[in-house]
Amino acid sequence: MNALSRAAIDPSAIAYPVDNALPDAALHRPLLDVSGVTLQYKTRDHLVTACYRVDFQLFQAERFVLLGPSGCGKSSLLKAVGGFLAPVEGAIRLNGQAVTQPGPDRMMVFQEFDQLPPWKTVKQNVMFPLLASGKAKRREAEEKALAAIAKVNLSTFADAYPHTLSGGMKQRVAIARAMAMEPDILLMDEPFAALDALTRRKMQEELLQLWDDVRFTMLFVTHSIEEALVVGSRILVLSPHPGQVKAEVNCHGFDLSSTGSPAFQSAARRIHTMLFADEVEADGVGARS
Amino acid sequence: MTDLSIARDSRPDVPRPTPPIRPEYERGVAATGAIGDVARPLSPWEKLANVTALRRALLLAVVAAVWQAAALWQDNPLMFPTVSATAAALWDAVLRDNLLSMAWVSLSILLKGYAIAVVLAIGLTTLAVSTRIGDDLLSTLTSMFNPLPAIALLPLAMLWFGLGAVSLTFVLVHAVLWPLALNTHAGFTAVSETLRMAGRNYGLRGPRYVLAVLIPAAFPAILTGLKVGWAFAWRTLIAAELVFGVSSGKGGLGWFIFQNRNELYTDKVFAGLASVILIGLLVENVVFRWIEAHTVRAWGMVR
Repeated sequence: MNALSRAAIDPSAIAYPVDNALPDAALHRPLLDVSGVTLQYKTRDHLVTACYRVDFQLFQAERFVLLGPSGCGKSSLLKAVGGFLAPVEGAIRLNGQAVTQPGPDRMMVFQEFDQLPPWKTVKQNVMFPLLASGKAKRREAEEKALAAIAKVNLSTFADAYPHTLSGGMKQRVAIARAMAMEPDILLMDEPFAALDALTRRKMQEELLQLWDDVRFTMLFVTHSIEEALVVGSRILVLSPHPGQVKAEVNCHGFDLSSTGSPAFQSAARRIHTMLFADEVEADGVGARS
Repeated sequence: MTDLSIARDSRPDVPRPTPPIRPEYERGVAATGAIGDVARPLSPWEKLANVTALRRALLLAVVAAVWQAAALWQDNPLMFPTVSATAAALWDAVLRDNLLSMAWVSLSILLKGYAIAVVLAIGLTTLAVSTRIGDDLLSTLTSMFNPLPAIALLPLAMLWFGLGAVSLTFVLVHAVLWPLALNTHAGFTAVSETLRMAGRNYGLRGPRYVLAVLIPAAFPAILTGLKVGWAFAWRTLIAAELVFGVSSGKGGLGWFIFQNRNELYTDKVFAGLASVILIGLLVENVVFRWIEAHTVRAWGMVR
């Protein structure tokens, strides 16, 4: 966190602290490689293209954000990485292995609060994937679960059922559940979108602290430019319908304390123009004709 | 825009109100000690009124009182015995006519048929959620067999399996399987997409996925199916024993009712009916209520 806030002024000029540097090999080989991926949905009488020939790469410990207007296929892209949706073109590789089906090496945090099985307590919920995937025995799973729950400050609620928790607490459990699995990538599908503004801000802060602590790799989907700049270290900007790559922007220098700074504002404006430039042009053409 | 504002200001002499600008203030918050107890314990009377069993027992007592009064007013023990006579006959039947062992005969056949039907229903619905042809199979079979009364199958069952427990079990399975499968399937299809994806995310597949995610998530609907199935089974069994019980060797409750009607022991007929009702009440209010309290209610899935 402190490393981030110190460098809030010029995002392009800083590097991460040396003690966190990874071996060269890990840095040069992407963890996740998405190349030329086209995703399509079949509805009753249409074949909808969600995104078209999207390329991006994700390296260890990056906080990579997929940003775009609704309907740009960013959630579909996340689902494809999760293995829930097969690309019609292109390939998704995780550590060089093609992604074909869902698996516990890519843990997903969903937007909806009903992602936690209501028949399990907070602790059982966090243990569930560890046991289901055979990653840990019961005793070890319990230890890992309690450690993860402590990380998201929910220790006092370990034996509570999800229906007794608030929305923000449920999302924290979902994050703890994903973290306890120590996945290669954490996939987050607008995890804070259903929260109120104050809770969302707090959760963003906690997520950044958690990342500073654990240095997990994260693929984060959002439609909020501000959230993307705060939470991410690098942003993939997608065009609307069908989603195509418009740009990749660095934003590792921003955190919640820099939201008012001129650099943050100009970065937000830059992305805003990228997202809406086409629309303005199209409107202009329409008005002239 | 301008047109609108002119229309609104049709009476220019009336000034439009502007909200006042009032001073800001900040205030400290009183400690809870000054406010007093935030939570107040309920009075003994309120606590007593919250006991469901007590309220229902009271209701039962009222029904029994009405029955007793009506029977006394009728004054015809051969047609309509009183509550006290029925209770005495029930006690007598338990002591001398082996009513308990007869009830056990009925119950053991019932439980066997019920268990087989539950296993079959789970298997059938698992097939239905995992393959499209399984789905077709289940919906075709349920629409065919669900409306078919179980009793109507009994003559055929006796032809196939002879006169005995096997025929009764067959009919019971038929009575329970279809409503349970229908409810379970409806429950499975209503499981939220997020929960399904979360389960698959853990790497769960096939039977483990059904067992660890779908069944608990669909449990409110499955429980309803189990209750409906239980009622169907109990009804079917008693009816089957009433009609064909003579031939099943050891008689059950239905046979007890039938036999006593033939000998015009009306109070014992009432006692038999009362024991059918009592067992039904016990299962509904103790067994199913316990399951409900420890599952769907504890999980906050139903209120």
